[in-house]
Amino acid sequence: MGTSRAWFELKVFFREREQVVFTFALPILLLILFGTIFTGDVNGVAVSQLYTAGLVAAGVMSASFQNLGIAIAAEREAGGLKRLAGTPMPKHAYFTGKVLSVLVIAAVEAVLLLAAAVLLYGVKLPGEVGPWLTFCWVFALGLTATCLMGVAISGLPRSAKGASAVVTLPFLVLQFISGVYIVPYTQLPGWLIDFASIFPLRWMCQGFRSVFLGDAGAVLEPSGSYDLDRVALVLAAWVVGGLVLCLLTFRWKSRREG
Amino acid sequence: MDTAVSVRGLVKRYGDVEAVRGIDLDIGTGEIFALLGPNGAGKSTTVEILEGHRKRDAGEVRVLGSDPHLAGRSWRARIGIVLQTAGDVEEVTVAELVRHFAGFYPDPRDPATVIEQVGLAGQARRRVSRLSGGQRRRVDVALGLIGRPELLFLDEPTTGFDPEARRQFWDLVKTLDDTTIVLTTHYLEEAEALADRVAVIADGVIVAEGEPSSLGGRARAAATVTWDGGELRTDTPTRTVAELMSRFDGEIPGLSVTRPTLEDAYLELIGGEAS
Repeated sequence: MGTSRAWFELKVFFREREQVVFTFALPILLLILFGTIFTGDVNGVAVSQLYTAGLVAAGVMSASFQNLGIAIAAEREAGGLKRLAGTPMPKHAYFTGKVLSVLVIAAVEAVLLLAAAVLLYGVKLPGEVGPWLTFCWVFALGLTATCLMGVAISGLPRSAKGASAVVTLPFLVLQFISGVYIVPYTQLPGWLIDFASIFPLRWMCQGFRSVFLGDAGAVLEPSGSYDLDRVALVLAAWVVGGLVLCLLTFRWKSRREG
Repeated sequence: MDTAVSVRGLVKRYGDVEAVRGIDLDIGTGEIFALLGPNGAGKSTTVEILEGHRKRDAGEVRVLGSDPHLAGRSWRARIGIVLQTAGDVEEVTVAELVRHFAGFYPDPRDPATVIEQVGLAGQARRRVSRLSGGQRRRVDVALGLIGRPELLFLDEPTTGFDPEARRQFWDLVKTLDDTTIVLTTHYLEEAEALADRVAVIADGVIVAEGEPSSLGGRARAAATVTWDGGELRTDTPTRTVAELMSRFDGEIPGLSVTRPTLEDAYLELIGGEAS
């Protein structure tokens, strides 16, 4: 039933034309902007390569955190969640459907972004299996963690109208302090990096940099290394913590209804 | 009579306010039962507790033999709920939405049949966002019926309908013979047209319960006889008419004999005669 929900969610998503264009075009647009404004390379690493890694991470978080945070708040306000809760649909099918549909959306988004990066900026993709395996687990763990964050934050806004602001603001701040827009990441003050390190986006960016920059780029990391074990640890912790948070706070009814 | 819903001493508090203050209810299997009452009287709270959407503070509640708050998926497969508002899914067609919901139930009705039953056969392939308000409401009803429920909750199902659409909706409800229906409504004529029994809730308690035709002592209340040139409230309207016949020697001009309407009885019960 989870896959039936996912199929249904995807159908709904792909029919909202503005949303589809926005979701898929924004990362590419940002890549073109940054690629045009900042050219050349840092320590032998092309800037476009750096931005590609960061924007893949931001794209995942946009498809999961931003999209779910806003969409679920709207569904809750309109009574759609309450209606589902009144049917025999198993509750977990709703979440499975969300995560699977976001997985598809984020994968399409990543493929489009990488294609644009290769075609427009000649970004080099890794030729071995190893980095792609890293890509897969960073993608899967990061997506799950940020999905759960999105589900959790959907309960914060008082209304669907407020959801856009409540969700977008922290996402925007995280993008600035996690190494999406401002690269190399070592330019940021240490305390800001420490703060960003609490959240998954910083670690997703770092994981994707390891994929697209290779060993040569490790010197641009705050610790001089990609620390992939730490990336895995923090993302996994967010998956567990996010799940607990969602189980404790998720509401099927709107706040107005108590 | 088999009991579909049984409630004893139901209490619900919101903070210091007691919204429901000791309600008893019995609804028989196959019955259409209407709950009437002003906004804030405890009507929606009561229904939400029956639907399993809200916890109670005290009392015994049995719906299809189970406590709704503890009941699981197999219980929800036996009920259908049409909420007051549920307008979230826009960009799917009526048929897609109904088929999707059919997948939640172990023994669903045929989606095409249900869509036809609610009068949307011509709109089955249209997106929900392109439907009128009344048509969307029918989609809600179709989603409530798709699981072949033994018990159907209809929460103000015809609010915003024009009179013709309302009548069509009543005809639809009347076709659901073996389904127990719990209906809340603001329209007294709706309760009168559909319900086998009605209960009036005011200020968290049931102030009257019975058949629509006898609610609040309606059937025994004095009738009003009016004619051109006079009006009389009387317990013996037949005698009054006979007297008038002899006085006018034939047709009585402008004759009407009326009993209090359900609305009169209702307003009396909730203490709102002034309106």
